[in-house]
Amino acid sequence: MTPSFQYQQKARMGLVHLALLGYTLIALFPIVLVIINSFKSRSAIFNDPLSLPDTGSFTLVGYAKVLQESDILLYFGNSLLVTVIPLFLVLLFGSMAAWALSEYRFRGNRLLALFLAMGIMVPIRLGTVSILETMVSLNLVNTHLALILVYTAMGLPLAIFILTEFIGQVPTELKEAARCDGITEIRLFFQIILPLVRPAVATVAVFTMVPMWNDLWFPLILAPGDATKTIQLGVQQFIGQYATDWNSVLAALSLAVLPILVLYVFFSQQLISGLTSGAVK
Amino acid sequence: MQRAFPWHLIFFLAPAVIIYTVFSAYPLLDTLRLSFFTDSESGERSFAGLSNFVTLLGNAVWSEAFWNAMWNNTQFFLIHLLVQNPIGLGLAALLSLKGLRGARTYRTLIFLPTLLSVVIIGFIWQLILSPLWGVSENFLYALGLGHYFDAWLGKESSALITLSLISVWQFIGIPMMLIYASLLSIPDELLEAAKVDGASPFRIFWRIKAPLILPTLGLVTILTFVGNFNTFELVYAVKGALAGPDYSTDIMGTFFYRTFFGYQSQLGSATMGATVATMMFLVILTGVMAYFYLVQRRLTRYQL
Repeated sequence: MTPSFQYQQKARMGLVHLALLGYTLIALFPIVLVIINSFKSRSAIFNDPLSLPDTGSFTLVGYAKVLQESDILLYFGNSLLVTVIPLFLVLLFGSMAAWALSEYRFRGNRLLALFLAMGIMVPIRLGTVSILETMVSLNLVNTHLALILVYTAMGLPLAIFILTEFIGQVPTELKEAARCDGITEIRLFFQIILPLVRPAVATVAVFTMVPMWNDLWFPLILAPGDATKTIQLGVQQFIGQYATDWNSVLAALSLAVLPILVLYVFFSQQLISGLTSGAVK
Repeated sequence: MQRAFPWHLIFFLAPAVIIYTVFSAYPLLDTLRLSFFTDSESGERSFAGLSNFVTLLGNAVWSEAFWNAMWNNTQFFLIHLLVQNPIGLGLAALLSLKGLRGARTYRTLIFLPTLLSVVIIGFIWQLILSPLWGVSENFLYALGLGHYFDAWLGKESSALITLSLISVWQFIGIPMMLIYASLLSIPDELLEAAKVDGASPFRIFWRIKAPLILPTLGLVTILTFVGNFNTFELVYAVKGALAGPDYSTDIMGTFFYRTFFGYQSQLGSATMGATVATMMFLVILTGVMAYFYLVQRRLTRYQL
């Protein structure tokens, strides 16, 4: 390579980095801005929003207020409950159904798979009127169970669709060998198949969890009561009430972002390799 | 020989099928059914044929609100299509360049907003765009564009566009990732061969890569379409259920919510709510069918 060509190549890569770095800043700036200002006094928030908190401006007054004036810890607990339980149910029931659909030939197999896959494209929200009437008649309004049931139904279609693909890739010899040993179908699934598809289950877990945690629609309609309020609804109402108290608003927003940020630090590689799976083998 | 009843099949399938049917499939069908009924003031429900639809589309007040929400929602979707896909494609093309260092870090960071709650994102942007705080105003002044600043979220003419762009900003990660994945799946030999033949990087992109990622662009478009036509959170968080100013940010999700639960002097109605939901279902169904029959069929899937 000639030196001028190398130089050109370097300059081109420099521009690429500049563009990507620029967009990364656009993506992160709003979030970072809110978090750093949540630790600053009111005057510093307004006079110098771009600076980091220093000894003069550092304060936790917003956080203190959020913790005192709202049941934010309870809301966190509620969100955790109505995310973790449906997540577990979706993964368990979803992988069981995916196994049945990919392993056994029975009449109506493809029709059933299509019926379940419809839920991927048709949003569950469109059935809200009837869901609310069902929950009223079952006396489940303002209970965690209402959200748990709806979120489980919401997560199943995509989980089954993805897991069917993965379970179908388990080699036949493995299953036949196990069956020759006289293992029951149920033990075969739980002891051999499920551990094998664990990476796929983990990817599905991330996809399933995020929409449940972030949902506002169903908490607003099915469980708006104080005892069952989720973090999204709690923060939304808190901010409505304390709109002029910037310290509290910024602190509430930062607290609401925190759990996903922490999870993302640990699971981002898992999630992204799931999204790009098939490409990066 | 009689075969044993397949108990294991029931065991594996029943939990998922029952929960999905009772809390997702049945409610959808029941909602479609409810759109043909009406509730009297005493709460009795009776069959009403198409009268709800006649009201929704024929009554001046209802139809104006309905078409306003539908048109706003269409604009919301078109802005996504025109802004989100090109930027997502550009980012994916840069990320997939050979020998780019730090691609993993870039994509991880750019994807982050996609995972956060729409409600929180809405509030964050509301603060940043607020003339009270002045962060964006000062920023524009620093660039010499200060006089362009306006209270975009508060104005009828710009509120919807601003909300659409906030949503684009949040969800850019999805087209970026999906297109990035499909770009990475193009075999190196194909690109090397073109390079040996003397094709420029620009030509390689348009002639080889672009046709291969077309199916992914189709998928992104339909996912965006379905997502846009049943979203609610962003408008509700930033503008409330009334989707102001003067309904200029009203979309199908907020219109559905108000119809179902009522607002100000208007009483909520389950059956009219079901009627709006049915219309949303028809819109989404039309989009999905169009995707499967037109886009999916026509696009050649290249066997790699």
